[in-house]
Amino acid sequence: MNATHSLVARTGAVFHRYANPGRFLRLGARLQPWLTWPALALSIAGIVWGLFFSPADWQQGDSVRIMYVHVPAAWLASSGYAGLAVCSLLSLVWRHPLADLAAVEIGPVGAAITAVCLATGSLWGKPMWGTWWVWDARLTSVLVLFFLYLGHIALIRAFDEPQRGYRAAAILGLAGAVDLPIIKFSVQWWNTLHQPDSITLTGAPTMSTAMLWPLLVCTLGFTLGFAAIVVARLRAAVMESRIRAALSARRGRGRAAPDSAHDSDVPGGAVA
Amino acid sequence: MSMTHLPYIAAAYGLTIGLAVLLGATAALRLRRARARLAAIDRPARAGRGENR
Repeated sequence: MNATHSLVARTGAVFHRYANPGRFLRLGARLQPWLTWPALALSIAGIVWGLFFSPADWQQGDSVRIMYVHVPAAWLASSGYAGLAVCSLLSLVWRHPLADLAAVEIGPVGAAITAVCLATGSLWGKPMWGTWWVWDARLTSVLVLFFLYLGHIALIRAFDEPQRGYRAAAILGLAGAVDLPIIKFSVQWWNTLHQPDSITLTGAPTMSTAMLWPLLVCTLGFTLGFAAIVVARLRAAVMESRIRAALSARRGRGRAAPDSAHDSDVPGGAVA
Repeated sequence: MSMTHLPYIAAAYGLTIGLAVLLGATAALRLRRARARLAAIDRPARAGRGENR
């Protein structure tokens, strides 16, 4: 029991070491160009490679090129939600000061990328399956993921007191993580119209390397792009929080001592 | 060069690139605005601390 407590406390201490907003802003500023420029370069290279230089599929024709945007979007939809669930855990267990803000910023980006996954899947499904949509397990579980993102965004804004919104959204974020294995294994557990995974961690890929490489480049580029956007949004959110804290401190001092209102004003380190 | 299913491919790539540009641009603008605003608030504070010394 004591060992468990000490492990939780030690893990919390490690996370809190990187929770200081000032430290995060410095780290984020250093990290931002290393995420943004490789993301742009790899995404452009992957898209051009996939669109113009990779082979067409012998059965699907050129529609297989939709894979180079659909698969990275699907990967990011799930991994973005996994990130949101980790933030929820950090918020609920360790009261990590940046975890709630990170979850707030991941939500809309994750919802947008899940919408892209669903839309590009439909655009791929129509010429291949003859329909925009079927209620099969894979498609439905990804649609549920999209609603989980929307629910998370709505729940944060549903309360007058932000902390209550963060807490409710963190519970949803954590509970919703149960959808991730359902998405992953849906093509094995049920008989679906969606094809099984072509790339797995344990087996060799079932696609040609001429298609695999541009797909990997696109996936890496999109992943870095997702991270770059989330880091930029999180940096902005921390700065906005500091602005609010500074303005509220200024207003407080203005009321307490009107004559010395302009004397000093140090933006606090408060985050949300 | 002609592609089969071109409208579907164009729509998928257009949607993805459009949304990525939109998300990236709004994040960059928001960050720039926040940085400028924080600097504007910070400037008189630092000047104030300098005067008090």
